[in-house]
Amino acid sequence: MRQVWDFHGGIHPKENKTQSSQSAIAPAGIPPQLVLPLQQHIGQPAEPIVQVGDRVLKGQMIAEAHGPVSVAIHAPSSGVVSAMEIRPVPHPSGMSDQCIIIDTDGKDEWCELSPCEDYAALTPNEILTRIRQSGIAGMGGAGFPTEIKLHPPRHDKVNTLILNGAECEPYITADDRLMRERAEEIVLGLEIMAYILRPGECVIGIEDNKPEAIAALREAAKETQIEIVVIPTKYPSGGEKQLIKILTGKEVPNGHIPADIGVMCQNVATAAAVYRAIRYGEPLISRVTTLTGDCIAQKGNQQVLIGTPIEWLLEQNGYLAQKGSRLVMGGPMMGFTLDAINVPVVKTTNCLLAASYKELPPPQPAQACIRCGMCSEVCPAELLPQQLYWFSRGQEFEKAEHHNLFDCIECGACSYVCPSSIPLVQYYRYAKGEIRQIQADQEKSNQARERFEFRQERIEREKEEKEAKRKARAEAAAKAQAAKKEAAANKAPEPVASNDKAAAIQAALQRTEAKKQAKEAPQKATGDTQAVTLESLQKKLISAEDKYSKMQAAWQDAQVNNPERAEKLASAVTSSKDNVEKIKQQITELGGDNTAAVPAGPSIEELKSNLEKATGKLQLMLDTLEDAKQNHPDRVEKLERAVEKNRTRVSLAEAALRDADNPQKQTESTESEG
Amino acid sequence: MSIILSAVLTLLALATVFGAILGFAAIKFKVEGNPIVDQIDSLLPQTQCGQCGHPGCHPYAEAIANGEAINKCPPGGEATIQALADLLDVEPIPLDAEHGEEKGKQVAVIREDECIGCTKCIQACPVDAILGAAKQMHTVIAEECTGCDLCVEPCPVDCIDMIPVPQTIRSWSWNSPTAQPHMANQIIATDRAPGVTAQ
Repeated sequence: MRQVWDFHGGIHPKENKTQSSQSAIAPAGIPPQLVLPLQQHIGQPAEPIVQVGDRVLKGQMIAEAHGPVSVAIHAPSSGVVSAMEIRPVPHPSGMSDQCIIIDTDGKDEWCELSPCEDYAALTPNEILTRIRQSGIAGMGGAGFPTEIKLHPPRHDKVNTLILNGAECEPYITADDRLMRERAEEIVLGLEIMAYILRPGECVIGIEDNKPEAIAALREAAKETQIEIVVIPTKYPSGGEKQLIKILTGKEVPNGHIPADIGVMCQNVATAAAVYRAIRYGEPLISRVTTLTGDCIAQKGNQQVLIGTPIEWLLEQNGYLAQKGSRLVMGGPMMGFTLDAINVPVVKTTNCLLAASYKELPPPQPAQACIRCGMCSEVCPAELLPQQLYWFSRGQEFEKAEHHNLFDCIECGACSYVCPSSIPLVQYYRYAKGEIRQIQADQEKSNQARERFEFRQERIEREKEEKEAKRKARAEAAAKAQAAKKEAAANKAPEPVASNDKAAAIQAALQRTEAKKQAKEAPQKATGDTQAVTLESLQKKLISAEDKYSKMQAAWQDAQVNNPERAEKLASAVTSSKDNVEKIKQQITELGGDNTAAVPAGPSIEELKSNLEKATGKLQLMLDTLEDAKQNHPDRVEKLERAVEKNRTRVSLAEAALRDADNPQKQTESTESEG
Repeated sequence: MSIILSAVLTLLALATVFGAILGFAAIKFKVEGNPIVDQIDSLLPQTQCGQCGHPGCHPYAEAIANGEAINKCPPGGEATIQALADLLDVEPIPLDAEHGEEKGKQVAVIREDECIGCTKCIQACPVDAILGAAKQMHTVIAEECTGCDLCVEPCPVDCIDMIPVPQTIRSWSWNSPTAQPHMANQIIATDRAPGVTAQ
């Protein structure tokens, strides 16, 4: 015999189960309209895969699982999808959500199913996929997708697989009737789950107030290794962590799930649904729901199609609205009051309690906490409800969190025993909601900060890049400029600066002026000075010629590169040319006299150097001419003229040298003769 | 004499050793930035709206660390002021109305058929929550929008609305029992509202 442990606290409220547990599960029938919320489970809502106007068959998938934590939704009966719209759904907020509406045709025509005689022929993964496709979510009340929960934990092995048949909450008898009538299905469903998880042991925990169910399960599990454990009746022994404590003596640590300590807990109704899904291929389209409370004439358990409007269901069973105090979905301890009765039954609706004023009287007004400590005595999670109350009330959420607020299972035991009628659980729910909100806000603000900082960084980076680009461009431009300048300088060293040229021209003009004066001067000069004048004139001629040729070159260059300057230079060149002509004239004038007056004339050396210079220049000019012939045809004519002049100059210089040579020879010969 | 000398030498040696350790620690464990600024920054709502007169939440956090008033953040409201007062150990003061009033959470929505695609709002958005390109329609990524309001003003065609974030069934949470007097009367956790009767 297995040792049964006890958990801290707990209460013994009036059970009120016999009202509904006496009759067998009856089919509730097909309502004219089915309303199927897309979210009946924890996780993401399912995604519709039908269109308005489609005809759907019983068991046909109408919305598929969307996202990792989600389950599919199926048509509970055949009919036509008449709408997909926002409808009120059973939720504590009383708000509405997206629903698929099916107008049933009453034929209840099944779609094709894929049954499986032997689940052992399937791999565990195939079974898990079928469970997901069948839309099974935990049917005990929370509605967590069963497929996700059944995934074997990655690190730990599941040692103990527990089926929860405790059903500790007053009034509810759905699991009780299910265990009595369909014990085989539950046992076979547990075997399928065990096939996936391969646990060390399988245990079904039942409270001792359900002897018929215990007997039925014992009968069904006779040939198996499944252990049926009877536990003492105490609320909330059906809480997952409490049942684990009772059956194994282990406690699930704060912030962990049972799988972390090698335990998994499933509801008995979930096991039955898994069996039907695998064996017959039937998706989860109906469930056993307890209809109880004094406002319902025919109390009992019914097999209700998911999506059946509660209003219709109540009317079918004789709803005495005028007697009613509250309509509660779920049990009186953990369920919630429905604002309206036009909401549908969903996968987690295990009980509808239409309570009279006598059953659920309006509560007493809350009074001040007297610090009696009864709440902490009954708390099954071993918390300090009083402290949590103060913190929640004073909005000291951080302190409430430090007092393990999130370990509270909201069982309501503390509120039940509170002599001051303080709605303690309301405070905890409020505080939990606020803390979640604060956490969500914090997350969002962190995200916003990250995005903001990233943006700042990006803007900064873009600025820098722009700056770098601008700099690179400026540098490239400067380089190009420098290269251009250099090229220009190489091509024509003369026009380095036009200012210099202007100055040169100015200087040339002045010199011409001086020459004019000098020209006048020799006329007055005596014979002695004439030789000197001739000599200086010749020098002048040479320099003038030099300048002239230079100017001409510059002018030619300017013609190519700088047309404006070329015009100015052209005039300068002509004046320079005139100058040269004038000096030549002077020389020729003086030359006659000179040869007569001073036969020696300029020394032979000078004449020779003159000749050399002249021939060099001629050669240069010829080269330029050659070049011009190829590249600048317009310049050829001028150059040819210049070359002609130079030739005459060279011949002149040669003649002069010859003349100078001959008299010398003559004198030498005469001297030698003499 | 030698006792005194040895004592002096010992103390000197100890002082040198500890001085070296402290000097090393000062370099090795140097804290970059002002930690109080980061703490303040983490309490601010990060809307980056600039209503406090600073170009973002972090600059305001720096200003607070340097002694500026803590009541200049309308998006954070009283809750932020309270949190800042707790952190800095000062008296909470009411929100400075000069910088705006506390509004509920908002989200920017572009009336997309009116958008001319000028990208002005994209440049204004401090958290890059607006998508679009020149001459293309823009849209707000509602998830990322902080509701800072900064995109509304630059819009040349006034096609941006600030709408309050609606409460959905998924964002809903329980109210405080004290906030709703009728709920303060209920014992069992299950009970949220007075009874409902059919018709």
